[in-house]
Amino acid sequence: MSLEVAVTLRRGGREIAARFVTGAGITALYGPSGAGKTSVLDAVAGLLRPAAGRVVLGGTVLFDKAQGIDLPPERRGCGVVFQDLRLFPHRRVRDNLLYGWKLAPPARRWMQLDEACAFLGIGHLLERMPRTLSGGEAQRVAIGRALLSAPRVLLLDEPLSSLDAPRREGIMQVIERIRDELHLPVVLVSHDLAEIDRLADQVVPMGEGSPPALP
Amino acid sequence: MLGEAEWAIVALSLKVSGAAILFTLPIAFALAWLLARTRFPGRILLDAIVHLPLVLPPVVIGWLLLLAFGTNGPMGRFFADALGLTFMFRWTGAALAAAVMALPLMVRAIRLSLEAVDPRLESAARTLGAGPWRAFATVTLPLSLPGVLAATVLGLARSLGEFGATITFVSNIPGETQTLPLAIYSALQVPGGDVHVVRLALISVALSLGALLASEWLARRSASGTPFHVA
Repeated sequence: MSLEVAVTLRRGGREIAARFVTGAGITALYGPSGAGKTSVLDAVAGLLRPAAGRVVLGGTVLFDKAQGIDLPPERRGCGVVFQDLRLFPHRRVRDNLLYGWKLAPPARRWMQLDEACAFLGIGHLLERMPRTLSGGEAQRVAIGRALLSAPRVLLLDEPLSSLDAPRREGIMQVIERIRDELHLPVVLVSHDLAEIDRLADQVVPMGEGSPPALP
Repeated sequence: MLGEAEWAIVALSLKVSGAAILFTLPIAFALAWLLARTRFPGRILLDAIVHLPLVLPPVVIGWLLLLAFGTNGPMGRFFADALGLTFMFRWTGAALAAAVMALPLMVRAIRLSLEAVDPRLESAARTLGAGPWRAFATVTLPLSLPGVLAATVLGLARSLGEFGATITFVSNIPGETQTLPLAIYSALQVPGGDVHVVRLALISVALSLGALLASEWLARRSASGTPFHVA
C-alpha cells in the first residue's frame, strides 16, 4: 500500500508544497513549527482542500484537482491520530475505540477490540472516561481508535511531543510495532530529529528548501 | 388550594407555552447552528433580526404579528389555506406570540452550548468513517444537549410570562387566549380581585423559579462546565 502525495496548499496567504511517495514503513514529515506539516496531513485525510495536486492511496485517487476528485474524509481510509488526540469526551474509552470500528464495513476490518487492547495494553481502561486518562494512556487510546477504524494508512501528528521520556519510549515501541507487526504504512509528523532518527524509514523535509510549488 | 378556574388558566398557559416551545425549538436550533458554525453574508443582520423580540416593545411584535398572521395578512392567509390553521383570537395565536418572544433567548442559549463544542471533534469523527450528519448527531448534538435542554426550559419560562405581544395579537379571551399574566391583568381590573391576583402571581413565581432552577442545573451539567448566563 503506497501513498502518493503531491499537493500545494494555501494557508493564510502562504503556499505550502509537499511531494512524496511512501511505501511500507514509516515516513516522517520533518520541519520547524509552522512549516505546514499538519496541514499536509489534514490534506491527506480530507480535512483541508489543496489548491492543486493529487493524493493517491493504494491505487485509489483520494484527491485530484485536475480531475475534480475530492473524496470526503469518511471515504479515504486514513486513520488519524491528532496532536490534540480529540477523544470524544462524552464516550467511554470502549465507545471511543469502537466508534470507527462500527462504521467500517465488516469485510474491511482487520483488527478486533480485544486485539487492539492487547496490542496497546489498554484493556483495563475500557470503562474509563477520556478526561480521567493520563497523557500516555490517552495517546494509546487515540492510536487504538484510529487502528480499529480499519485504515489503510496511519497518520500521526506529533505523537510524542506532549509525553515525558518513559511514555515516549512506550509510544515509540508501539509505532515500531505498527510498522513491523501490522505492516501498516505510517506517516509521522515531527520536529524532533532524535525521534525521526529512531523511527523513520524515509524523511520528507518541509519548510525551508521544500520542493517547488506545483503548476 | 386552587379553584377550577385557576387550574384551567394554568393548564391553558402550559398548553400555549408547550406548543410555542415545540414549534420554536427546531427553528432556534437551526438558527443557533447557522450563527455558531457558519460564515455567510448577512450573518450579522440575521443575528440582529433574531434578537429583535428581545429589544422591541412587545406591543410592536404583537402588531407585526397582526399584520403578517391576521386574517388578511400574507402568512395568515397561507396557513389558513394550506393547513386550515388560524391564529386570530385563538390559543394558537397566543402560542405563536410566545414562540416569537422566546426565540432570541433560546437561540442565544443554544448557540452558547454549540460554541462550547470543539468543531475539531467532528472532523475526528469524519476521519473515523462518519458522514457529516452522523458526525453531528453522535458528537456535537449529545455534547450540546444539556445546553439545548436548558434553553428549552428557559424558553418555556419566557413563554409562560409572555404578555404584551399576546394581548395585542390575540386579545384577552378567557379560556382561549387568557394565559396567566393576562388573567392577572384582568383580575387587577376587578375591584376586590386581590386574592385572585395573589394566588395567580404565586403560581407564576413558582413556575418561573422552578424553570430557572432547572435551566441552571441543566446548564451546569453541560459538557463545557461553564455556567449559563441569560444575557
